[in-house]
Amino acid sequence: MEVTTKSMPYEAWKDNEYIEKLVNELRENGTNVVVGNLDKLINWGRSNSIWPLTFATSCCGIEFVSLGAARFDMARFGWEVARASPRQADFIMVAGTIVHRMAPVLRRLYDQLAEPKYVIACGACAVSGGPFRKSYHVVMGCDKIIPVDVYLPGCPPRPEAMIYSIMQLSRKIKVERFFGGVNRKQKQEEFLKEHPIPGVED
Amino acid sequence: MADMQEKIAKLFPEATFEAGDTLLVNIPDSRWHELAKTLRDDDELAFDYLVTIVGMDWADSLGCIYYLNSTKHGTHISVKVSTTDRIQPMLHSISDLWAIAVIYEREVYDFFGIVFINNPDMRRLFLSIDWKGYPLRKDYDASPEVNPVSTENERQSDFTNTWVEGPDGKIEKKEVRVFEKDDFVVNIGPQHPATHGVLRFRTAVDGEEIKKIDVYMGYIHRGIEKICEQLTYPQTLHFMDRLDYFSAHPYHHGLCMTIEQAAGIEISRRAQVIRVLMDELSRIASHCLFIGTFCMDLGATTMLFYTLRVREQILDIMEKTCGARMTFNYECIGGVMQDLHPDFVKDVKALLEVLPANIKEYNKIFTGNVITRGRMENVGVLSREDAISWSITGPSGRASGWACDIRKTDPYSIYSELDFEEVTRTEGDSMARFKVRMDEMVQSARIIEQLIDNIPEGEYCVKVPKVLKLPVGHWFRMVEGCRGAFGIYIESDGTTSPYRLKIVPPCLPAAAVVDHLTRGNKIADLITIGGSMDYIVPDIDR
Amino acid sequence: MFDFSQFTTWLHQTLLGFMPEWLAVTAECVLIGFALLLGYSVLALFYILYERKICAYFQCRLGPVRVGPWGLLQSVADMFKILIKELISLKHVDQFLFALAPYLVILASMLSFAVLPWGNGMQIIDFNIGIFFLIAVSSIGVLGILLAGWSSANKFTLIGALRSGAQMVSYELSIGLSVLTMVCFAGTMEVGGIVEAQSDLWFIVKGHIPAIIAFIIYLIAGTAETNRGPFDLPEAESELTAGYHTEYSGIHFGFYYLAEYLNLFIVSGVAALLFFGGWMPLHIPGWDAFNGAMDWIPGIVWFLVKAIAISFIIIWFKWTFPRLRIDQILKLEWKYLLPINLVNLVLMALIVVYGIHL
Repeated sequence: MEVTTKSMPYEAWKDNEYIEKLVNELRENGTNVVVGNLDKLINWGRSNSIWPLTFATSCCGIEFVSLGAARFDMARFGWEVARASPRQADFIMVAGTIVHRMAPVLRRLYDQLAEPKYVIACGACAVSGGPFRKSYHVVMGCDKIIPVDVYLPGCPPRPEAMIYSIMQLSRKIKVERFFGGVNRKQKQEEFLKEHPIPGVED
Repeated sequence: MADMQEKIAKLFPEATFEAGDTLLVNIPDSRWHELAKTLRDDDELAFDYLVTIVGMDWADSLGCIYYLNSTKHGTHISVKVSTTDRIQPMLHSISDLWAIAVIYEREVYDFFGIVFINNPDMRRLFLSIDWKGYPLRKDYDASPEVNPVSTENERQSDFTNTWVEGPDGKIEKKEVRVFEKDDFVVNIGPQHPATHGVLRFRTAVDGEEIKKIDVYMGYIHRGIEKICEQLTYPQTLHFMDRLDYFSAHPYHHGLCMTIEQAAGIEISRRAQVIRVLMDELSRIASHCLFIGTFCMDLGATTMLFYTLRVREQILDIMEKTCGARMTFNYECIGGVMQDLHPDFVKDVKALLEVLPANIKEYNKIFTGNVITRGRMENVGVLSREDAISWSITGPSGRASGWACDIRKTDPYSIYSELDFEEVTRTEGDSMARFKVRMDEMVQSARIIEQLIDNIPEGEYCVKVPKVLKLPVGHWFRMVEGCRGAFGIYIESDGTTSPYRLKIVPPCLPAAAVVDHLTRGNKIADLITIGGSMDYIVPDIDR
Repeated sequence: MFDFSQFTTWLHQTLLGFMPEWLAVTAECVLIGFALLLGYSVLALFYILYERKICAYFQCRLGPVRVGPWGLLQSVADMFKILIKELISLKHVDQFLFALAPYLVILASMLSFAVLPWGNGMQIIDFNIGIFFLIAVSSIGVLGILLAGWSSANKFTLIGALRSGAQMVSYELSIGLSVLTMVCFAGTMEVGGIVEAQSDLWFIVKGHIPAIIAFIIYLIAGTAETNRGPFDLPEAESELTAGYHTEYSGIHFGFYYLAEYLNLFIVSGVAALLFFGGWMPLHIPGWDAFNGAMDWIPGIVWFLVKAIAISFIIIWFKWTFPRLRIDQILKLEWKYLLPINLVNLVLMALIVVYGIHL
């Protein structure tokens, strides 16, 4: 199964092996026809309607604004409905450096997002600390605090790269399963086990 | 400078003087407050503008260097106050003389642990309340075990500390409430669409009216000043892109100029012209984005798209020459990194052609609108005295009638040869701040027009030594960034990396003054005022 | 012109042929409910896409183009996603009221649908106080908003709800008065009667000056009623994150999202009814051939086109003007709109009494 989106040839994607691995895992378990088709429908809805949370800390946030502007126009893909309330958003684009003081806030925002929720680590700082690796106050990659779905390098990444990263995310959502084991969700559970939410037992 | 020195020496016999790019006065802490008062109030001195407080750790002693300017005489002075006590260092506060000193002293306290006696609000500024150690001290333990990354909510206190000196000279620590006991406190930020990044306002409201705002910073404090101490001079340059990412060129310009001055490097005229061109282009781009985001904050989303159109055009020009859209790292020590792209002149001329029409369109859609005027006029009025006392420079300061453009008061590079006007207004409200920026775009275009046909031939970058060492000493330079006066202080111990590099951002006072401006206004006015002050949070936090 | 009531009577008779009357009425009710729900969701989806496309064109963008042909399926995908998104339940809130609030909002807008004149005879219920009923049920919505704001136990939502309460209660006055002006002109509150009265000329032309004033005031107040820019204070993004529905997720948020657009439709629908003749085609006295040609276009098309065109104006407001401040909003209503409205009502009464209308 070749997972791709409109007007994007399969060969043009990078990281195809990763998606293929996910698809193979899905096939191994087998699914029944009704559930499989329902899954397809749900995933079509989810992958085509990814609403970002308005969250930006620094330079990458400005490129995210440019992404919304007329030239790059993320509205074409239906991503322009940026929600200010985390309850209503689907993914956080961690656009910018995350520092010690911001870490609890980011974690809290992630916990406040409604399932299904996704994270894109956008820019060198969010991926690994970037140019601030020597700093005493910068978190070396936001994956230390929240599980990340897509890593997007660049300082800051160009808007085109951002489009590509959200398209990759959308592709990842396409091979999820609502009924039964959701690939990504399992990883998220592992992560939450290692990084429990304070004050919540469940 | 000489009579200034004489006058001070007469009044304060214990003061010693060091000559440098500015006169440096050494004064013991016990006389410091008195000297500060004289410096501010004496008519012949009239140092009413506190540029910055540079906290310093000289290993054997801790202290501060205060940079003061006189808006009346255009003179500069610096004062050094120090203490040898490293366990409980204390200096006297000047927060009763300059409003901005409260914040600047909190910054020094945060980084160096120096307590300021009589400062009403001695809390940490950038780091969280439980942070261990003072990071800019030379003996700071930066190992991650001391201050691990926490995902638990930061501890919050409704109290602030203050050290008060009694009439008998005894110093007492007191706890003071930040808000009153039954205040309705709304937490705005750090993740909030109106704070332009990650600033946090704890806002006490009475219905829709704001009673008090407590500003929390540091949600993007990256410790650039500390990192710079471990890097060589050319390596420190790229951080200038990531402070105020709209003023990347002017900030680079400032740091390069300071280093060049210290190392005695003369750059070619071509490089100077290119730098000024880039500064002004980024000023236009920055003001464009300001107009867009400001209008968006007020609810007129469409304007953002119109202004970003011009900004994209400028980014295209930059991209062709510098190779990046935002973090250019273009100016380097000795000139600029690469020569101009062959299309540069043509593209800039195309920009200059469309710019007036665009500005006209912005005015048509937004400026004259009844709702806009109702929202902006007489909202957040900042008087000239307050602007100086709070060190609000740049377009916001000029909107209050304070002619504080560094390009005019202390012309650097080739600005003294250029023909442009310093835009000032007297109203001091949000509308004036908005209009000043509009008019500055026209002036920037004027500067570009003068230069674009006269870019001299020559080398774009002079030869500089591979390993750059600065002589022992300290230097302070200021340039006009897009949001105000941007200062760089470098202290060198003769090695390849700075002993201390202090960045003076224009946005820190702009965020600090929000409390003063919003009192008694509506919640919606907080958005207007915050938007019109146009602060960039990474620039505040560094 | 085709009378839809012929079809409904035929349906009623057929049903009566093989079932008792109570069952027939129940079956009809179910049928109407089903049609209503379907029309409701289709309209909402259309409106969401409509607004996104329009705002994109205002902003020199393309808007959704990738999902389905020309991006037509974008809002369908959004609804699918919202439907199966997690419903977050909060710890320290009144669970019942928290869950009830969105249903109240959606209920209010759905009830208003009952009296809208979709076409000739195509109306769910046409009784003598139609307009009165419409104003009454549409104010239930504010209850849902106040409840949402209070029950979320969040300061932002509380401020949002209070703003909304103040704003809606104030602007209800203007809506009421401008509707009253037109009722005074029509001489009836029955929706069918109002439409019939415009069979020769639409009220906006017939009632000339006072009707135009009433229309402008209605448009302003209607924009405020639907909480849309420049009156979108209750959910002012830049001030209160998402206002009163900050804490709602999944389909509960979806209800608010849908209700916002449907209220927009209702407000424009009522404007179409009161000022532009509802489903009544464009008739010009004396142009019989033209009038006949116009009659060929079905009433439902007329009504939808009018409503959507008026919505376009309201959407246009939102993407042009900056937001007002709360005190300015209240000032506008109590100091300007209300007195003008009262004077306008007297003017209209005079015009009716002396018969100086077209």
